[in-house]
Amino acid sequence: MPADRGSLKTADRPSDGQAPARRSPQAARAAAARGAIPWPLGVPALLGALFLLVPLGGLLVRAPWRGMPRLLADSQVLDALRLSLLCASAATAVSLVFGVPLAWVLARWQVRGIGLLRALVTLPLVLPPVVGGVALLLAFGRQGLLGRLLDEWTGITLPFTTAGVIVAETFVAMPFLIITVEGAFRASDRGFEEAAATLGASRLTVFRTVTLPLIGPSLLAGAVLCWARALGEFGATITFAGNFPGRTQTMPLAVYVALESDPEAAVALSLVLLVVSIAVLAGLRDRWLTAGTTR
Amino acid sequence: MTANPSGQALVMAGSVERGSFRLEADLRADPGEVLGILGPNGAGKTTLLRALSGLDPLTSGSISLGDLTLDDVATDTFVPAQRRPVGLVFQNYRLFPHLDVRDNVAYAPRVQGAGRRRARAAADTWLERLDLTALATRRPHQISGGQAQRVALARALAADPRFLLLDEPLSALDAKTRLDVRAQLRSHLDEFAGPVVIITHDPLEAMIMADRLVVIENGRVVQQGSPAEVARQPATQYVARLVGLNLYTGTLEVATAVVSLDVGGTFTVTWGDDDPGTSARTGQSTRPVLVVLRPSAITILTARPTQASPRNVWQGTVAALELLADRVRVQVDATPPALVDISAAAVADLALRPGTAVWLSAKATETEAYPDASAHHKP
Repeated sequence: MPADRGSLKTADRPSDGQAPARRSPQAARAAAARGAIPWPLGVPALLGALFLLVPLGGLLVRAPWRGMPRLLADSQVLDALRLSLLCASAATAVSLVFGVPLAWVLARWQVRGIGLLRALVTLPLVLPPVVGGVALLLAFGRQGLLGRLLDEWTGITLPFTTAGVIVAETFVAMPFLIITVEGAFRASDRGFEEAAATLGASRLTVFRTVTLPLIGPSLLAGAVLCWARALGEFGATITFAGNFPGRTQTMPLAVYVALESDPEAAVALSLVLLVVSIAVLAGLRDRWLTAGTTR
Repeated sequence: MTANPSGQALVMAGSVERGSFRLEADLRADPGEVLGILGPNGAGKTTLLRALSGLDPLTSGSISLGDLTLDDVATDTFVPAQRRPVGLVFQNYRLFPHLDVRDNVAYAPRVQGAGRRRARAAADTWLERLDLTALATRRPHQISGGQAQRVALARALAADPRFLLLDEPLSALDAKTRLDVRAQLRSHLDEFAGPVVIITHDPLEAMIMADRLVVIENGRVVQQGSPAEVARQPATQYVARLVGLNLYTGTLEVATAVVSLDVGGTFTVTWGDDDPGTSARTGQSTRPVLVVLRPSAITILTARPTQASPRNVWQGTVAALELLADRVRVQVDATPPALVDISAAAVADLALRPGTAVWLSAKATETEAYPDASAHHKP
């Protein structure tokens, strides 16, 4: 940061002015050749970075480090954590089972209207999650379009159950997987698939033995994105599945509730989610970087 | 090769339309024969290959292998690539990057139902045959272009195909590797019992690899014949340029053996019609012909030659000089224009440079005329 501010000041100096001999001459000359960051860009950039980083720093500074073990050992917290991991993983699995074939169809099926279908299935990306939750209630609620049939035929009701949490998280998170994987299918070299076909492989075999392995890195990235999004899901979950500890109360819901009753616990829970997010980001960056260089 | 001794001929008569492009071909590759498809970029070679391999269907006509119909528009038959007994070596080989060399070669047996162990054993046999055993565990990006070419061939052969297609098999290789690989590839292809079709734009490759050539231009077959025939009597300027010959179109007066060239000027020629009775039977006194003249058969002089033997003598100016490996190719603006090959010493002796006025001379016995098969297609 100090270096940035230094270069902001030098920007106002005439370019032929003598630079202070503080830095090594070579580094100073290199910096002069690159040019300083103009302040109309530098100042907003700095403020933007601070805006994103300061709240996270606040979380670290205000964390009740000493009370952490006690807070996290609380059974309700552990339940929420367990439920979050379980539901996010299940939602990711469901998304893989349905989302990957859907992504393939969207990428490869050339018919009129496929573009509209693509836009509609990725709508949950931009839809407010609460609206998603309401829509899910109307579809899968006890009185919903499909929910009523499901109830009559099998006696299963989804709302306010753990399965409902998985449904809500899948609804919100699956589009992340779909767009990532669809892009990869679209960009993948069809030549390898043609080669496989001339060697006698059926379309399904080609998909299994060539197409899917070749988009492996994108598939992993999509799954991780999907999992992270499911883990943080709040709006659709609380609308469709409610907030019952041990059954539908995931970590984000637990944080929200704890903020009213036990703010220290809320900070501790948030910290756990922050750590998980950083781990995901680190893992993802690594995969993405290696995927990018082997291409 | 003994695995498939009773090969059957690959026969195609039909057309493929892709957008505004139309390819029409009528060709036949016999068992054990290597058929070369020669043509410039955009001539329709790849379209032809995709139709033969079953990656694209014909628009009209049919393709068959012996009594097996692969594609027939009339009866609505189409055997897709995955069920065609085809081995296809792609231009850039298209080796699966996520599989090692052995598993690439084992791919066909594996997807055709063999267990992993049996498929790998089959692959090992092919690897040994093509001298690739040492590379079995390498990934495609860890091997050289020449090796990749052999792996691609092994992978195609491991599918036990009844006919082989090779798309520009050597074009991805550097010049030095190409020489070695060409000789190897030719010997591997000789062992294959079924028909082989090689697509190339390189005339040398076509001449060396193929038993018979089909020349395609603008989606049409313009010439078929043995490499020697095509090299000696090219049917189009494209082929003539490829094989380094001067080619002229003109009208032959049969009685005098004099050709009036379309670009102007006349040549006294040797009439190369394989059937001298044709003209007599049809009663034609003139007929359209092609005249071919080797650049090395033309002499360059700076003064008018005096001998009166049956020679063609004409005048022009040097347009350009190009140094080839062992000689200089002189481009002469004249009526007709000509490429002339002479030694570097002769260039110096005659003090040739662009703009020099010269006389060209060629013996009538070196100036060969033959019927222009395409003439009646012309408007």
